[in-house]
Amino acid sequence: MNVAPARLATLTHLRLAAARGRRTLLPEQPKILVGMGTCGLATGADEVFEALRDELQHRKLDYVLAATGCIGWCGMEPLVDVQLPGQPRITYGRMDTRKARELVRGLERGDLQPKWAVGFLSGYENPLTGKRLRYARQTTRVDGVPRYQDLPLFRHQVRWASRNCGIIDPRSLDEHIARGGYFALHRVLTAMQPHEVIAEVTRSELRGRGGAGYPTGKKWETVANQRATLKYVICNADEGDPGAYMNRTLLESDPHSVLEGMCIGAYAMGAAEGIVYVREEYPLAVTRMHEAIAQAEAAGLLGEKIFGSGFSFRIRIAKGAGAFVCGEETALIASLEGRVGEPRQRPPFPAERGLGGKPTCINNVETWADIPLIVMRGGDWYAQLGTKSSKGTKTFCLVGAVKNTALVEVPLGITLRKVVEEIGGGVPEGRRFKAIQTGGPSGGCVTESLLETPVDYEGLTSAGTIMGSGGMIVMDDSTCMVDIAKFFLTFLADESCGKCFSCREGLQRMQQIVTHISQGQGREEDLPLLEDLGWMVRETSLCGLGQTAPNPVLSTLRYFRDEYLAHVREKRCPAKVCRELIAYRIEPTICDGCGACVRVCTAEAILGEKKQAHVIENARCTKCGACIEVCQPRAILVE
Amino acid sequence: MPRIRINGIEIEMERGTTVLEAARFLGIPIPTLCHDDGLKPYGACRLCMVEAGLPPRHRLQSACTLPVEEGLVVQTHSERVERARRLLLELYVATCPQSKTIQDLASRYGVREVRLAPAFKDCIQCGKCVRICAEQMKAGAIGFAHRGARRDVRSPFRPQSEICRRCGACLYICPVCELRCQGAKPDTVLCSACINFSPACLHYHDQAMCFLEPCAACELAGPLRLAGPLSKDRVWHKPLPPKLHGELL
Repeated sequence: MNVAPARLATLTHLRLAAARGRRTLLPEQPKILVGMGTCGLATGADEVFEALRDELQHRKLDYVLAATGCIGWCGMEPLVDVQLPGQPRITYGRMDTRKARELVRGLERGDLQPKWAVGFLSGYENPLTGKRLRYARQTTRVDGVPRYQDLPLFRHQVRWASRNCGIIDPRSLDEHIARGGYFALHRVLTAMQPHEVIAEVTRSELRGRGGAGYPTGKKWETVANQRATLKYVICNADEGDPGAYMNRTLLESDPHSVLEGMCIGAYAMGAAEGIVYVREEYPLAVTRMHEAIAQAEAAGLLGEKIFGSGFSFRIRIAKGAGAFVCGEETALIASLEGRVGEPRQRPPFPAERGLGGKPTCINNVETWADIPLIVMRGGDWYAQLGTKSSKGTKTFCLVGAVKNTALVEVPLGITLRKVVEEIGGGVPEGRRFKAIQTGGPSGGCVTESLLETPVDYEGLTSAGTIMGSGGMIVMDDSTCMVDIAKFFLTFLADESCGKCFSCREGLQRMQQIVTHISQGQGREEDLPLLEDLGWMVRETSLCGLGQTAPNPVLSTLRYFRDEYLAHVREKRCPAKVCRELIAYRIEPTICDGCGACVRVCTAEAILGEKKQAHVIENARCTKCGACIEVCQPRAILVE
Repeated sequence: MPRIRINGIEIEMERGTTVLEAARFLGIPIPTLCHDDGLKPYGACRLCMVEAGLPPRHRLQSACTLPVEEGLVVQTHSERVERARRLLLELYVATCPQSKTIQDLASRYGVREVRLAPAFKDCIQCGKCVRICAEQMKAGAIGFAHRGARRDVRSPFRPQSEICRRCGACLYICPVCELRCQGAKPDTVLCSACINFSPACLHYHDQAMCFLEPCAACELAGPLRLAGPLSKDRVWHKPLPPKLHGELL
């Protein structure tokens, strides 16, 4: 698959590469695709891939077996797609080696195994070109398999930034070009002036996808207006939020889109060097980026005189050591300069004085990936989706208590309810929706009454939370909000760089107080004290981390105050989560004395004779929950 | 020259000056702990917060790092600023209740109650010692290590840095503990610096925030060290009962 491309210097070369790419994208043989992003690999996609290869070799079948990125259906990994020539592409979920081998055997005799299929795709519009990628010659049906477009998970999605994720092989430059990649760069370099590019980006009203939502066009203009011999563009891929992996997926599944966006930006702003700042903890993303940069350099898409124009541009990769605060742009620059990753006061903004004192444009991965779209289709086209102040689409990681955990891309302005209940499929049966937290660890928790809030920068802010980089954690009624606040405060107190007294000491104190409350040692005066401290940390801290860090506490205090009061006044945890406030008890009328709980209890807290009701010795019980998991008759109650 | 407005007073300041300098020029007091005229602004203590800008885009910003800009409007004593300052000082007292400087500031800015448990920390990590060592003494013998709650000032990897000249500038500039050893004295002088080590700030000699370990003054004093208050086996007790909650001042 990994064909070394010749140097691409003209539009004809690009078109030839696209033709090559189309041949591997839609080959004449049957093709089997395996989702090999980090998410797929974590659930065993590599074993599935090996099993498929082994079985294909064993049966001497002339099929194409290829790896692809992640299409975003995280709950169904590992995903395998089968694409017979002229037939719709069928996706199989939750595959394992046994199923994979059987799938190949089935395909050999013409059985499509619809029992494992989760959806099929007969065509897919490419937002970059406006053309459809057709898997099937005509719209067909596959018996017993739903169409992707009919699945609630995909019906509301508009996949712009993630246009190639799960479609192409991320290691194939040709396939990327076949999907319209690098044509935007060609257009920019041969037919557009830098100021025209910036005008187009400004017209799209694209706002920074890293969370703060600063207008991208405005930032570019500031950098372009600086008089300096050296300027930088930086791709911020230091994604540190727990439960968020939008940037990782994008880098792993479609690295060239990000590179192309950076190239276009560099041309518009007059930068000659680009840096991708990516976390060391994303090894696959780092590898994919290295490969993509090497490919682009070999093809002449990076380097000297790109497309025969006077424009030269290079990109290098810098790996971050995993400090959450280094996602803040001034801390990121400090880290790149070899200093401790601590933010500094803005102004001067990096757009004026950034890396090495030179004007620097830092944009998020997703922002860069949106740029080729805006150039190809125009700013007005991009601005057709969204609300008055927030245009376009945004990727979110929908995780937690929803049926479909997924990486989704939705038009801005969609309501939270639609995201949770339709795309996410709602909370699993038997549970009730309680809250949704958006924007990563420093986002706020929003209750059911606010589910009609539109997902855009202003809407979420008015609900007491933030857009952030795009994490969405859904919580059901088995979640204790005090426990949640404690969890995020512990994360943030640890990840605070410690420069500002308010953030360092304030978050530690808040964490102590919330921990006390969760242990039943809280006092009622603690609640206004928490609010005071939270307000102070938000107002007086230097960077975005400190200014948003109290959000989890402040928003849970605002919407779930009665839960805090139950911990404080009645020393009771309504969700039965906080270990110090609950007790395990075996209901003697249900317990059949099987002894399964005794065997798993590491604290040796369960006593009882065989075939007789057991008892939990509370003083020894660590409330680990192991006994509840093994108890078949469900005799263990939490009180 | 940019013209700015502080508390309604218009003033022209040279480009490159900070709002803190402008306010001090006008005689408006703004409390600071991490600022020193001879050091580069750092913005760590957050005490110099002022309200900058006009509603609805007015924010609290640290005056020491905020450069003057044409048309900038600043309030140094608005209600928002005062509240933030009081809450900060409450946290400062709770962190280092033994520091005279902090007690004085708290008293001046109207902190009458501390609702947090005292922590008796030796250091507020204002970074003055680190900066004077690097900027004025051109040594860079000490720096910050770790982050978040574990962040502290130390010499790299070892207690005594090889490039430390034992000048004592770090001790001299520390705003939190003025009762600390004031540095080496000539050997003709009988050093009494260690006597002044108040138990208020040090529990053990090992925990002392003194980068001159062993203290140059103590070494010069020779035999005194063995009997002196800093002998390693002597444990100092905290000056206040540890479980004092809410009634500190």
